[in-house]
Amino acid sequence: MFNLIKDTLTSQIVTLWRVFSHAFVKADTVEYPEQEPYMFPRWRGRIILSRDPDGEERCVACNLCAVACPVDCIALQKGEMEDGRWYPEFFRINFSRCIMCGFCEEACPTNAIQLTPDFEMAEYVRQDMVWEKEDLLIDGTGKYHDYNFYRVAGKQISGKDKGEALHEAPPVDVKSLLP
Amino acid sequence: MTWEVGSALNIGVILFSVIVIAAMLIWVERRLLSLWQERLGPNRVGPFGLLQVVADMIKIFTKEDWVPPFSDRFSFVLAPTIIMMVVLLSFSVIPFAPGMGVIDSNIGILFVLAMASLGAYSVMLAGLASDNKYALLGALRAAAQMVSYEVFMGISLLGVVALSGSFNLREIVLSQSDGWYVIPQLIGFVIFLIAGVAESHRLPFDIPEAEQEIVAGYHTEYSGMKFGMFFVGEYLGLVLISSLITVLFFGGWLGPGFLPPIVWFVLKAFVFVAFFILMRAAIPRPRYDQLMTYGWLFLLPLSLVNLMVTGVIILLGQ
Repeated sequence: MFNLIKDTLTSQIVTLWRVFSHAFVKADTVEYPEQEPYMFPRWRGRIILSRDPDGEERCVACNLCAVACPVDCIALQKGEMEDGRWYPEFFRINFSRCIMCGFCEEACPTNAIQLTPDFEMAEYVRQDMVWEKEDLLIDGTGKYHDYNFYRVAGKQISGKDKGEALHEAPPVDVKSLLP
Repeated sequence: MTWEVGSALNIGVILFSVIVIAAMLIWVERRLLSLWQERLGPNRVGPFGLLQVVADMIKIFTKEDWVPPFSDRFSFVLAPTIIMMVVLLSFSVIPFAPGMGVIDSNIGILFVLAMASLGAYSVMLAGLASDNKYALLGALRAAAQMVSYEVFMGISLLGVVALSGSFNLREIVLSQSDGWYVIPQLIGFVIFLIAGVAESHRLPFDIPEAEQEIVAGYHTEYSGMKFGMFFVGEYLGLVLISSLITVLFFGGWLGPGFLPPIVWFVLKAFVFVAFFILMRAAIPRPRYDQLMTYGWLFLLPLSLVNLMVTGVIILLGQ
């Protein structure tokens, strides 16, 4: 009984002292608008569409991002250029639905769609949360500087026939017997 | 205008400053809690966030003041006024400084205890009138807690009364000029402190309004300024308990002469307010049955023994 009371009392007093001693520790708070928090490079924030090193759109309108998106906030329409490249006629992300999960970035075969360390996307009008391709497209290459889909892929476009891509051998002529 | 106990100016100043201080405690508590939790707390509205209180007031005054249709309207409206009234009435007997106070009553301590008992009606009425299971549970707990902790709150004070030979708070302060009563009455002080926390249902004894268990207890159904009155009433109770501890155990306004007496009083009372907030920051809430067991089986016998020993020592000294 006596020990119980003694232990309880000392525990309470030690607790009070421990908490009080925190008064002399600097606060952890980052005062946000005045003080910029450090954003990690892999932070999953505002979504962008990047361009390849030649300045062309990377997106090939494959719809994998729209399929992967768990909240269905991506909408796009495939279009085709005269040289055979695919591109999105429109590309629309509804940021009022987007949960910044990054699945679209993982699904993208051409590294076109990428998430950036920016979160300041508040709007007064809900319609302004819907971003079109003009809003999403940036001029740079984002996180992957050298990657150009049409240069490494086997897809045939005008000016690049089959087998002319990087690390690619010309296609085998199955009707010829020559080695 | 005269500046003496009971003058109109005196009453006005005390009433005004007590309510303003109680409202400011909302800010003080949040800043102190955040200090001990390594945060900053409200610091945006005005200098150091001081105007946060004004913002809170504007919010609480302009909020919809909803009375639930299933409640008992009369007692529902009456309940929050009672707690404000009884706590403010208790302040009338507190001697803040020489010549400062509302009444110089011969039964000051008894009056404070009586008002504290009336405070239990406020929470009981609120809980019953709300017609809500959480409010009822909260009121039940509050009533049991306040009634049982009142018992040895009174008994723990009797040691001080016996030493000073008076129920008059002003005389109790004056009789401490050669030593604060906290030294001979250390056990009485600790018991009064704990009972005071339980009386004003502050954490860690906020069992009647434990958010995690019963939403907000007896004031679950209250909104707008009626909730605000419970809220400010709680802070008023905190100030009252701190002032009482200062008066009864720490020599009230007495202190070295380089500061005016009222400053000494405010300083001492603020230390206890800060200590109550520290307790909120540090100590977890006990279970309801633990609270009751602790009160009846430990604090009550201890306060009785304390009173008995004090009496024996006084008698031997004569």
